[in-house]
Order: sequence, then structure tokens, then C-alpha cells
Amino acid sequence: MSDLSSLYQEVILDHSKRPRNFHAIENADRHANGFNPLCGDKVTIYLHMSGDRIEDISFQGSGCAISTASASILTETLKGKTREEAQALFEAFHKLVTGKPVDSAGGPPLGKLAVFAGVSEFPVRVKCASLAWHTLRSALEKSAAVASTE
Amino acid sequence: MATTREIVNPAIAEAHPRLFDVRHIREDFPILKQKMHGKPLVYLDNAATSQKPQVVIDALLRYYLQDCSNIHRGVYLLSERSTQAYEDARANVQKFINAAESREIVFVRGSTEGMNLVAQTYGRQHVGAGDEVLITALEHHSNIVPWQILCEEKGARLRVGPINDRGELILGEFEKLLSDRTKIVAVAHVSNALGTINPVKQIVAMAHARKIPVLIDGAQAVPHLKVDVRALDADFYAISGHKMFGPTGIGVLYGKAHLLESMPPYQGGGDMILNVTFEKTTYNHIPHKFEAGTPNIAATIGLGAAIDYLTGVGMENVASYEHALLAYATEAIGQIPGVRLIGTAREKAGVLSFVMDGIHPHDVGTVLDQEGIAVRTGHHCAQPVMERFGIPATVRASLAFYNTKQEINALAAGLEHVKRMFA
Ligand SMILES: Cc1ncc(COP(=O)(O)O)c(C=O)c1O
Repeated sequence: MSDLSSLYQEVILDHSKRPRNFHAIENADRHANGFNPLCGDKVTIYLHMSGDRIEDISFQGSGCAISTASASILTETLKGKTREEAQALFEAFHKLVTGKPVDSAGGPPLGKLAVFAGVSEFPVRVKCASLAWHTLRSALEKSAAVASTE
Repeated sequence: MATTREIVNPAIAEAHPRLFDVRHIREDFPILKQKMHGKPLVYLDNAATSQKPQVVIDALLRYYLQDCSNIHRGVYLLSERSTQAYEDARANVQKFINAAESREIVFVRGSTEGMNLVAQTYGRQHVGAGDEVLITALEHHSNIVPWQILCEEKGARLRVGPINDRGELILGEFEKLLSDRTKIVAVAHVSNALGTINPVKQIVAMAHARKIPVLIDGAQAVPHLKVDVRALDADFYAISGHKMFGPTGIGVLYGKAHLLESMPPYQGGGDMILNVTFEKTTYNHIPHKFEAGTPNIAATIGLGAAIDYLTGVGMENVASYEHALLAYATEAIGQIPGVRLIGTAREKAGVLSFVMDGIHPHDVGTVLDQEGIAVRTGHHCAQPVMERFGIPATVRASLAFYNTKQEINALAAGLEHVKRMFA
């Protein structure tokens, strides 16, 4: 069962049972919804931006342990990060879960996100792990669209 | 050589042409000998597709090794052989579902194409603005979407017969939805998501009392029950070969001859015509009118072999064995604390759909897979059913006659393991 325990790391199980930042942000300036039609997982990401910086971030939704933990750890990781830093982390995270070599020297430190390395052995679960990140990106893109009209 | 299993009572021997012994049955399915992640494969996703016995694999091989040629075209021996094998398969299907004539058997890609064919031919011919098509809340997407497309095109309305908390069609409510606006009724014989067996005979009688034809989606019924289209008085009956131990890419649409004859063709092309000029084309007779182009010849022959195999085992044996196995599984799985069965119809085929407290079906599926157990997790192409029960997804274990009590025990043990992991 070594494979399974690499997927369901303690940290992941903990976040799936007790998700952090699991609420709506009252006056979020933007949010986005994500949906995985294959398994019915749903997630909403709320952002409160201060200029280019993510001042507050939260999520709601329902999903499997991997997708819930991924959203939870995402919100923990990105609070206080800039848009650019978030984008770089997404790229590094995506490499990690799809089993591509992560640039440990040049890239941003993965920190707690590293617990998702085991996902790469379970190709059908990659979408679970990345749902929240795709949703985050569309939330950020919406803000970019708003920003460009200003 | 004498075997140790002797059939003592000749009456039993006669009723069971080959006394059902699951160990022998399993020998016929080479794939079942495999290991997954080092554990014996426990294949419990038969509602998605079934495994193939060696005789079906051999039939495919034989076609490609010895008989490969197009049908209905060549004057040479090879083509004669393949045409014969193809048409023999049609006769096999006819006998198997007790159709009156072999020309009532149209070969299609699968149930999905069967439903689309009827919607696009009979449906377009008879359903107009303000008319209604009646289905049930238990349908697979393939018996919903073709009717939605038709209704949208025609300005007609799709009506849906509701189900109760057990996942049974509420027949009284269903009957109220039948009116002179209803132009066709389309219902699943057996629900793939919940296993409910619909009272199709009563449904047909209700609809016929109002002169409304009925299409039955038999994708999940034919592999598990003895189906007699004439006893049901079905107007159309759709079947998927791959769910009844045959190859993928082949299915059957049964239609009463007078209906098929009155319908326009579905697709145009070779084989479906008698005579073509630029001014006027005469369509071929049924069933060929609905079989445009070169069909999946190998798979059709494979389906014929699957039917021979099932006939040898005996559908009565299949049904009674699965019935007992379902009862065993319902008890074994249903009594695990934290497991809730979804779909507890009194008339049910071998499907166990369930959810677990606080554990997402997807995680259950991944953990079971590591134990070698293949189950389906998700909405099973029946999102409205999931919505009815207020859940995004279920875990579904679906049985076939090669499954065993030991495999059910493995599933139960796997679920206990899941609970420990996520406790
Ligand atoms: C009840 C039911 N109807 C129709 C279908 C569609 O069958 P196919 O995909 O073989 O066309 C399925 C397959 O899952 C089914 O379970």
C-alpha cells in the first residue's frame, strides 16, 4: 500500500477533513467557479486583492479528499502572494502533479505543496489536484480583464 | 473421464442445460485471471462494459484470419462466408430476444445509436410542435439527450416520469403524463445507475391503450434477464453488444416490422439502397434500409458468438445466480456502518450504488483499485438521477454472472479499509 500512502499523505488527509479558509469572503472583489464533470467536484475561489497582491483568499465547494486538500493548501500558500508569484507556483505545482521535473533552483519554493508529489502516480487524479488551481487562474484572469478596462 | 460434480436429479439437469458453476464460467473469461496492483482482479464494473469469453475473442480472430471480406457484395466464396456469418448473427439475435422476424433486427453501434436512430426517424416523422415525448427520471443520458435534440428542433416538450426514494418509477404519476400529445414513450428496462427494473410490460400496456409506441432501452437488461420483445410488446428495443459479453462497436435496434417499414432512413449510403439515380433513389428493404455503409462485421459476428455462449449458460441460470449474488452483496455492503445504498428498488438487477459518510466516491474508487477492485465512481451518465438523490456521485459495483461471493467479500473488506484510511 506504499503507493496509496504517497497519494493520501497525512497533510492531505488533514486538510481534506479540516479544510482551511473554507468560507466565502463577504466582499470578495472577485471569485470563480470550477467544476469537474467527471466526478462532480465543485469549487469556488474567492479573492480579495490589494493591487497586485492576494490579500485574502478562501474557497467553498465539495469534492474528493485530493481536490479539497488541494484547494485548502492553495489558499494557505497564496495568501499574501502577488499575482506573478501565484502564477509561478501554479506552473511548478502543475509540473509536480504531472510528474515533470520541477525546477528546484530557479522555481519558487513549493513548501507544503510538495505533499502532492504522489498524485503523479495516479494520472486520473491529476484533475482533482489541479481543479482549484485552474479556478484560481480564472479568478485572477477575470481581475485582469477588469484591470485592463480601467 | 468422470467428474466429481455429478448431476443426480435429471429434472434439474434438464432445467439447467449446463449446471451453473461459477468456477467453470470464470475459466471462459481469460481477462479474469489477471492481477491488478498485485491483487486478483475483482471486476465489478459490468454495467460500464462486460468482459468477453474466449469464444467471442475467437470469433473475432476467425473473421480476421479466415473470413475477412465485405458483406452483401462479393460473388466469391470469402464474401459469401462473411455475409453468412453476419446474417447468422442477426438470426441469433432474433431468436435470443424472440423477435418475430430477423428483418426486425437492425445492427447499430450500440444502444446510443439505437435511441438516436428512433429519435431522428420515427421521432422526426411523428413529433411536432406542442407534442410531447415521455421518459423517466431513471434514464441514461443516451435516452435523454436524443429526445432533447428532437424536442428542441420541433418545439416539442420532454416530460419526465418521477421516481420515489427507493429509485422506483411512480407508475401512477407516469400514467398521468400520458396524453394525446404524447407521441412516443422511451424508458430504460433496467437503470444503469441504480439497478431498478422498470415495469416495462405495464408501461407498454398503458401507452398502447393510448396508441403510443414505446422504445425500451435494454442496454442493462439483456445481459442479465431473459428478454422477450414480443411478450413485452415493445415497439423498439435497444441493445449494446459490449454490455452482453460481446465486442464494442455493435448493438441492436429491434423494431416492429411495420414501424421500421414506415420510417424514413437514418443515414444514406451504400447497402441501404436498391437503386440510385440522380433523380430518384429507392431504399432497400428493412433492415438494410437502416444499415448504411460497411458495418462492424467482426463485432457483429462476435455478438452472435456471445449470444451462443449466453444461450449455452442459460439466461434463467444467469438471472437466478445474479439475483442470489445481489442479495448477498446487498446484505454484505448494506450492513457496513457509514455505507448508504442509493437505489433500493424491490425489483432490482445486480447494481449496488452507494455513498460513504464523509468520504468522496472518487477516493473510495482509488483505494479499492489498489486492492485490485474495479468499481465505477461518478454520476454514471445519469446526472438527473444523482440530482434526485441530492448527491454528486456514487460508488457503483455492478455484477455479472462470473462474479463470486468471495469477490463481494473482497469489496466489503476494501470498504472497511477505506473507512480506516479516512477515519
Ligand atoms: C441504461 C443504458 N442505456 C444506454 C447506454 C449506452 O450504451 P452505449 O454506450 O453502449 O451506446 C448505457 C451504457 O452505459 C446504459 O447503461
